[in-house]
Amino acid sequence: MTKAMLSIDNAAKRFVTPASMGDRIAHALGGPDRTQTVHAVTDVTLTVAKGEVVGLVGESGCGKSTLGRMISGIYAPSSGAIALEGTPVAKMAGKRIQKLTTRVQMVHQDPFSSLDPRMRVANTVSEGPVHHQLVSAAGADDNVADMLVRVGLDASTRRRFPHQFSGGQRQRIAIARALAMQPDLLVLDEPVASLDVSIQAQVLNLFLDLRQQLGLTAVFISHDLGVVRHVSDRVAIMYLGRVVELADTVPLFDRPAHPYTRALLDSVPKLGAGRGAFSAVAGEIPSPLNPPPGCAFHPRCPFAGPRCSVERPILKAGDNTPGTVACHLYDGGT
Amino acid sequence: MSLVEDIQVETWRTRLGDFWREFAESKVALVALVVIVAIVFIAVFAPWISPQNPYDLARLDLFDSRLPPGTVGSGGYVHILGTDAAGRDLLSAIFYGLRISLLIGLMAGAFALVLGMSIGLVAAYKGGRVEAIIMRIVDLQLSMPAILLALVLTAMLGQGLWQLVTALVVAQYAYFARTIHGAASAERDKDYIEAAIATPLPAHIILLRHLLPNSLPPLIVVATVQVASAIALEATLSFLGLGLPLTEPSLGALIANGFQYLLSGRFWISVYPGVALVITIVSINLVGDQVRHVLNPRRGQ
Amino acid sequence: MSDAILSVEELQTHFFTRAGVLKAVDGVSFSVGKGRILGLVGESGSGKSVTGYSILRLVDAPGKIVGGRILLKGKDLAALDPEAMRRTRGAVVSMIFQDPMMTLNPVLKIGTQMVAAIKAHVKISTADARKQARDALALVGIPAPDERLDVYPHHLSGGMRQRVAIAIALLHKPAVIIADEPTTALDVSIQSQILAEVRRLADQTGTAFVWVTHDLSVVSSLADDIAVMYAGRIVESGETGAVLAHPKHPYTAGLMASVPSQAERGQKLVQIKGSTPSLAHLPEGCSFRPRCPRATDICKTMPALLPLGDTKVRCHHPIVEHAS
Repeated sequence: MTKAMLSIDNAAKRFVTPASMGDRIAHALGGPDRTQTVHAVTDVTLTVAKGEVVGLVGESGCGKSTLGRMISGIYAPSSGAIALEGTPVAKMAGKRIQKLTTRVQMVHQDPFSSLDPRMRVANTVSEGPVHHQLVSAAGADDNVADMLVRVGLDASTRRRFPHQFSGGQRQRIAIARALAMQPDLLVLDEPVASLDVSIQAQVLNLFLDLRQQLGLTAVFISHDLGVVRHVSDRVAIMYLGRVVELADTVPLFDRPAHPYTRALLDSVPKLGAGRGAFSAVAGEIPSPLNPPPGCAFHPRCPFAGPRCSVERPILKAGDNTPGTVACHLYDGGT
Repeated sequence: MSLVEDIQVETWRTRLGDFWREFAESKVALVALVVIVAIVFIAVFAPWISPQNPYDLARLDLFDSRLPPGTVGSGGYVHILGTDAAGRDLLSAIFYGLRISLLIGLMAGAFALVLGMSIGLVAAYKGGRVEAIIMRIVDLQLSMPAILLALVLTAMLGQGLWQLVTALVVAQYAYFARTIHGAASAERDKDYIEAAIATPLPAHIILLRHLLPNSLPPLIVVATVQVASAIALEATLSFLGLGLPLTEPSLGALIANGFQYLLSGRFWISVYPGVALVITIVSINLVGDQVRHVLNPRRGQ
Repeated sequence: MSDAILSVEELQTHFFTRAGVLKAVDGVSFSVGKGRILGLVGESGSGKSVTGYSILRLVDAPGKIVGGRILLKGKDLAALDPEAMRRTRGAVVSMIFQDPMMTLNPVLKIGTQMVAAIKAHVKISTADARKQARDALALVGIPAPDERLDVYPHHLSGGMRQRVAIAIALLHKPAVIIADEPTTALDVSIQSQILAEVRRLADQTGTAFVWVTHDLSVVSSLADDIAVMYAGRIVESGETGAVLAHPKHPYTAGLMASVPSQAERGQKLVQIKGSTPSLAHLPEGCSFRPRCPRATDICKTMPALLPLGDTKVRCHHPIVEHAS
């Protein structure tokens, strides 16, 4: 592997919901502590090489979006480090984020809420670069035109407001805004999840084009395995805040090792699978407020043994696994 | 790529047109708007359209005092609405009174808007402890009647235009603060604010360029209503003798002046300024209601 | 189909707005037989959801059913008076929404709501109603149904709430259930559990389903029949296997090809150019014409939905397999 562009080292994010005033008084008087801690992301270690696209996949509550926001610096890690070529993505002053890098840019899921409805497209796209003096104020308009053309929009639309565009076009604008900052890393959080299927294909094709032209490095977050398989070089499968399997895309989809990865792949409805072809994982996703002990997947896992509810498996390569996997099956049995 | 031609072309002008069309659906609001325009016209041009300058004490003649409506006074012209105890032509006094009431209402409304807006916006953007403290103060103030607060303040500050405006602003900014805080808290959680933070853009740009414009619409409604209530508050204070000096009577002071004559049959001295006040306040509120109705995001579509 | 429980004939639902008359549903016909599932597939603005809501007469102003018949067991729902329609709804035909909280009342316990729903249509003791409610929860695969009767909706996960909503829809053993994107908001592992459950319920209870969705892959394993909608009309319909094996309408084919898992990894996806037309400005003739790679001049006239082989297609230039 070439030198890592992004390195995530043992990063974790905990959200603490403070107890209500009444509960705090009760606690001071000897009652139980009602502070709740959500372990959104726990001990994630991951690198993204220059020019590589890494997919983050998982179901709700798995922490993929939180991790995306940690990478773009919006959330400061509770512990661990996230750095871009050695420089932390967020400069901290104590516990507060002081300054964010411009080198990581983000594309949000919902293009209807990620664009300021009262700002013309030209201002939306040029605001960041002009402020950070990546382009001069005089050159901003040409730059906007270039960016819009690059994402497949007509440059003459730049005087319009977001509501004058369709969902797919808005997502193109959001991508243009991110690209205008000349980022070294793009974080795409479910960029096609809210689009119609036919529009989804257009935006995915745009991403593939841009990747080819600009050699983009990206973290692509999605719940849709088909989408991730299509655009990513490597895939990290997340479950309840942890990466449970990390491998190159092709071997991962060919022979998934972790029982959760297998279950996830089986659950995806497939075109032409034939009537009645369902295979479902039993059980529900546990609450990240109160994750199961040991391996978080053990209550739903068909292979779970006594060891799984006690000892947490570590992410490592096993015999004939496509990459690294956190499962006792490949580490001396359950 | 032929994406452009599918775009529905809509400009600010057509949106404004839509707004106007929906506003005009209510004939009552339309009439109220015409009344407001007329009142503003009167207030602005009072010195030129009034038969008399009621503030010029030298021109007042005590022989003209308390003339009933329609009488010809010593000035040689008809006092359409009669005269007050000081011999002022009541029509002129109402015109000038409207001028003062409107001026005070607008000034108080504008200052309260700026103050309340800044406080509410900062609270919503900062969040956490800052937000909790600011908004508790605002809530505390909202739980007190505005008139009580204004009374205490004018009693402390003394008489005069600026003292009055200050009292009204302090009594009213909390409404603006709470309204914009509510709107801005909803906007703050939207992705475009997060996108601006992630870019990153500095806080003052996010506040002024993104959060503020998107939180403004509900404030327009509150502003109209608050101007009306500032006018009413001012009239109340003047009525109680805490407003402007009696030499430059506002509508409230005019009502107070005539109050003692109400029972002796000289109703016009109090009633006509009262009618002018009511028409002004009701018109502003009717327009405000219709604006709220049109801006309500839950209607239409 | 002669044994159809529900047959919709030339349904038209229009919205009367300031921008003009939007023909959200414009001449839609289909039928569903006992125990069968029809997948009504389309993108946003295709009229699929409005069709579903129209069947239950749940379309609000400015929308209005302006034409067609909705025959449920031979009775025309479109002609029923509001009171008779209210009695039919829930008992003979019921609905599952994308958001289960449309069905559930957040401040009432599950059991209380279900008992009330049962007693609204049948005279029965509370204890018996409770037993029926419990059985309904068990039927949709909810573990420990007795305990679930005594919890509030917010105690349940999204998937569990949707199961409860399905259980409520099933309470009176309706002939037909209309489901509007009921698994779209759920995670795939939960979706797959519910789809399996619904397939089993249709086979076991004989309830017919109209499953409204944007996702072709979901209906491919769930539905017996498929109807693909575009801009208010059905453009292709037939048995699921037949339609998906050889899509004949260019839109269906494009939709299938644009699913990433159908394509070779990293290669460009087949994309349908342009975007879904606004109902206020529909193109003349075939609505898909401006986006269609096969369009010619004849497409400026509206094609009819005609049988072709074992499916029906509304296209002047259907894709016909050379081999067969």
